[in-house]
Amino acid sequence: MRYLPLTTDDRNKMLSEIGVGDIEELFKDVPNDALLKSAIDLPSHKSEMEVETSITSFAKKNKTTNVFPSFLGAGNYSHHIPASVDHLIQRGEFLTSYTPYQPEIAQGTLQALFEFQTQVSLITGMEVANASMYDGATATSEAVLMACRITRRDKIILSNGLHPHYNEVIKTNSRHLKLSIDSTSVYNKKALCELIDENTACIVVQNPDFFGRVQDFTELSETCHQYGALLIIAVTEIISLGALTNPGEMGADIVSGEGQSLGNPISFGGPHVGLLSTREKFLRQMPGRLAGETVDEDGKRGWVLTLSTREQHIRREKATSNICTNSGLCALAFSIHLSLLGEDGFTQLAKINHQKAIDLSKAIESLDEVELINETFFNEFTLKLPKPAISIVEEMANKGVLAGVPVKRLIPHDIDTENMLIVAATELTTNSDIEKFVTCLRETLS
Amino acid sequence: MIKYTKQHEWVAINDGDEKAAVGITDYAQKQLGDIVYVELPGIGVKVNKGDEAAVVESVKAAAEVYSPISGEILEVNENLADSPELINNEAEANGWFFKLAPSEESELEELMDKEGYDKYIGGLD
Repeated sequence: MRYLPLTTDDRNKMLSEIGVGDIEELFKDVPNDALLKSAIDLPSHKSEMEVETSITSFAKKNKTTNVFPSFLGAGNYSHHIPASVDHLIQRGEFLTSYTPYQPEIAQGTLQALFEFQTQVSLITGMEVANASMYDGATATSEAVLMACRITRRDKIILSNGLHPHYNEVIKTNSRHLKLSIDSTSVYNKKALCELIDENTACIVVQNPDFFGRVQDFTELSETCHQYGALLIIAVTEIISLGALTNPGEMGADIVSGEGQSLGNPISFGGPHVGLLSTREKFLRQMPGRLAGETVDEDGKRGWVLTLSTREQHIRREKATSNICTNSGLCALAFSIHLSLLGEDGFTQLAKINHQKAIDLSKAIESLDEVELINETFFNEFTLKLPKPAISIVEEMANKGVLAGVPVKRLIPHDIDTENMLIVAATELTTNSDIEKFVTCLRETLS
Repeated sequence: MIKYTKQHEWVAINDGDEKAAVGITDYAQKQLGDIVYVELPGIGVKVNKGDEAAVVESVKAAAEVYSPISGEILEVNENLADSPELINNEAEANGWFFKLAPSEESELEELMDKEGYDKYIGGLD
């Protein structure tokens, strides 16, 4: 289909057909003070060449992770993306495809989603996964609503180790529901166990958590189940599942996650791909789209969207979720990357990530004033600096090192975390990057 | 005694019994087609007449089931979880959804009897 802009003539015909004088009249319901009164201050016209030059010069101001040594993490991670991922997802059949409502013309898209679901189920240790959600935060918030539907309870406990953005999205999404959300100050599994009672719908933990700490939540899941509550484990660094005990083995009831680390660049924070998997017994309460395997009338294997009756286009306001789409292309990138890695490659990649973080932590030991607060970590940990982390990060960025994410940037009101810096290492982190980090931090602190 | 609603639910109560059973009618199951899933209310939940108490899902559609009378849910039909086809096979017997303790016996009188309901659905086709 070509994109053909409308002519003035076309517009006038349509306006006269519906009996409207001009286009402004169509917006008369918009409150006057919400309308833009003057034009946006932009140059009226520039040639293609001029636009390219000026946009390129803007873009050069960015300090990107593929130019500078980067230790950024805290929910988004720079990983190597094989060139074939980008090549394959740009095939027109995938790149421009619409929601695969018509299985007769969408087998490729449906099969890709089906494989994606299988991969997500396998790596999270669960029985079913949906065809993806917007991102890790929305997936976690959907997991919470799902737990409330299943348990018919309304008390939610959020671990202090949960990413602050996830915490906020859960609260925003449930603002008009009568839920009682407890953002606790504890993260430890023992302390969390004590908060659960017979009114608890679910407890949400993250592993590895926001500060990079790793825990085994088996005991927590057992306590949850004693009280009839559900355990939701959020995973922001999906590569960790190549090395750690998966949430399913720990007894999680719902796993929510951010799949960006596989196949997707950090891209200023999105678009990403939310993962949501669960036990088969909760399938009907799972939000979002689901591709299912079936056979056609000749008995040949095929795929369709299934259980759509839970979804918004059929059940309207009674749907399991307001999310009525998925991150199709990002999910495809995830699946291609994971397929290229294979099971062994995935495990190896996880081990390399962990090793790089160990190397980084050892190098940091030479800095007396810097304290590593984690007892455990995967590829990310939190440092306590002798000065506020935000200014240190600014200074280091000016010297060409992206040092990490200051906790205070995400938890602005907590003064105890002012000096805390979250740093991540991945397979992209080189020994020279680590050297630069340590040298630059030493200089900045002195 | 068995009574019917215009939304195609039935409610049955025996004389002297404390529990009334609720389900969907044979006509309703035929309209829905193969039923694949039923979402049942929680035990102890109090419903008013006309409240949405359950959801029935078929290969064609999902539909709400409204409580024909007010009362407290005492029992749900656990068999439907594994065998939702019970509703297709025995809609007005073993395919019941839930049992409740009626709080307003008089509400039953406002509903249709078998003859009235048959006449009502006769006018629908």
